[in-house]
Amino acid sequence: MGEVDARPFPPGDYPLVVVGSGPGGIQVSYSLRRLGVEHALISADDAPGGMFRRFPFFQRLLSWTKPYAPVPRGSRAYERYDWNSLIGEEPSHRAIQPEFMDGTSEFPSRPEMEAQLAEFVRRAALPIRYGCLWEATRRDGDRFVLETSDGEYRCGLVVFAVGVAEPFTPEMPGRELVAHYVDTRDPETYAGRRLFIVGKQNSGFELASGLLHWASRIVLASPRPAKLSVETNSLAGIRARYVQPIEDRFMGGGVYILNASIEGVERAGDVLRVRTRATDGGMDLAIEADEVIAATGFVAPLRDLPALGVATFGPSRLPAQTPYWESASLAGIYFAGTINMGSPGLKKNGVAGTGAVHGTRFNARILAREIAERHFGVVAPRPALAPRDVVGYLLEEATDAPELWNQKGYLARAVLFGADGPYDEGIVPLQAFVDGSGPDGVAIGLEGDSEGVIRPAAYVRRKGAVSEVMLDPDPLNEFRGSSDGRARLTAALEGLLR
Amino acid sequence: MAGTEELIDELSDLALFADLARPELAGVAHTLEEEWYADGQRILREGFSGTGFYILLEGEVAVRIEGQERARLRRGAFFGEAAILLGEPPGADVVAAGRVRVVHVAGPALHEFLMRHPNVMFRMLQEQTRRLRSANRWAR
Repeated sequence: MGEVDARPFPPGDYPLVVVGSGPGGIQVSYSLRRLGVEHALISADDAPGGMFRRFPFFQRLLSWTKPYAPVPRGSRAYERYDWNSLIGEEPSHRAIQPEFMDGTSEFPSRPEMEAQLAEFVRRAALPIRYGCLWEATRRDGDRFVLETSDGEYRCGLVVFAVGVAEPFTPEMPGRELVAHYVDTRDPETYAGRRLFIVGKQNSGFELASGLLHWASRIVLASPRPAKLSVETNSLAGIRARYVQPIEDRFMGGGVYILNASIEGVERAGDVLRVRTRATDGGMDLAIEADEVIAATGFVAPLRDLPALGVATFGPSRLPAQTPYWESASLAGIYFAGTINMGSPGLKKNGVAGTGAVHGTRFNARILAREIAERHFGVVAPRPALAPRDVVGYLLEEATDAPELWNQKGYLARAVLFGADGPYDEGIVPLQAFVDGSGPDGVAIGLEGDSEGVIRPAAYVRRKGAVSEVMLDPDPLNEFRGSSDGRARLTAALEGLLR
Repeated sequence: MAGTEELIDELSDLALFADLARPELAGVAHTLEEEWYADGQRILREGFSGTGFYILLEGEVAVRIEGQERARLRRGAFFGEAAILLGEPPGADVVAAGRVRVVHVAGPALHEFLMRHPNVMFRMLQEQTRRLRSANRWAR
């Protein structure tokens, strides 16, 4: 007699299937369950965590959790200071990450992050079918069929939370001689070796930083000049944690950083030779190296979804998405987690919504609400607001709301003005508000400019036309007491606050 | 969808980048960010600050002022530079007319981009001059 498979969600018919057990899949499934939306959650892995079960290679995250923040741990406002915990509705589901940090860094280690995600799943008693690999997709009338290693799942809607996790190495002569970031070995095996790293983004500089102690020489090269996050004043660019190789370069410490395209890699006896062409007017070079590693990023593992009609774009082959993270070309297919970068938002000053956990966990909660309302008739409450409280409420949100702080220029608090007066529409994608139709209303978010100044931005919709109202910054980011903000918002909402 | 090599090929066909040798074009392709828009989506928004510079790779866009369509732009056209160069919000909406693929330079990065690639700046100036000449003809 065979063993009974005790795993939840056997193949069959479901209204909705969520694919993936990384932070995106876990958060959207948790939020759907809270709204009573029946669905299956399947994952190819055998435990929760997604990419955090393997990366980053050097084990320390780029996203902080501050155990001692200016606001109480476990409060909503605390989520601004804790970029890693998933967001829960009950106290025991909140702010789990600080419980798993050993005090050596505000950036949790990879195992600490993995432990936090597993603990969230355990406390929330979230059922997940592990070891179930999504292999192919097809249409059956207006439904989707997911072919998996366990059998077929039929459903009306799918949320793919599969990360941007498929290693990508660009075409080049000698590509077979180039290892990818994911193939990096234990650091000590690079002792005395000359490394050539293709790529000057965070993964390239993470490797360079981690191997500074071991490698005898490190060359980093890519066509585009390296930018630092402290120069762009945003998360775009090399994070402060990884700038040591840049300092070593200036000190003449055996680190070289080139703006060059890689023309090819060839074997020359016992070593490799990398041919580069300068993109900044510098010299073309042939550089010897013992190892060549491509830190050239990842693509979204969408399998056959493009053939099914999911439009993709860019080097990461991200699916193009609506502001509510539905495929822009194939209705009924949604995305959660890092892959949300395919819906970049307004990109004011070039700043897109983040694909990191601190932002996408909020996207996932909004997505769950959107799916529940659009497809399952589960309508979230919209509490009424007294007209005299609206301006204060908006400034309060600009000061404290973690969604606004962690998804600047991307998520906003919306207040709409109905026949019975103003009501709280909730946290919404800003793009959906400014480009969508609906009753008169106001949405407030936070935006950073190229100088790093953060200020509240309100968008007022009257008769379908939306105008922008930029408020003054505050040196301590304390907007709730701002007399300027109060006066400007009150004027912008004239005639609506009744 | 296009990998960076394909994007370099696409850019090499556009008048804006006609003077760039392939290594420089590779640098440009790695600097530009690709975006995709569905029919009816706004790319530039009239009166909003913080906009970017866009080059149209696929599809058509409509230029609208207060909801009225004033022009259509096609592959190879660029838009958004006037707002950035003058430090003012755009005076028009630019809306995808069908599916659209563009590449984008964020407003704060445009100055450095043009200084790094003066041949692109020259081609842009040439196109602006053509537009001005056309406008003058219309005005007569």
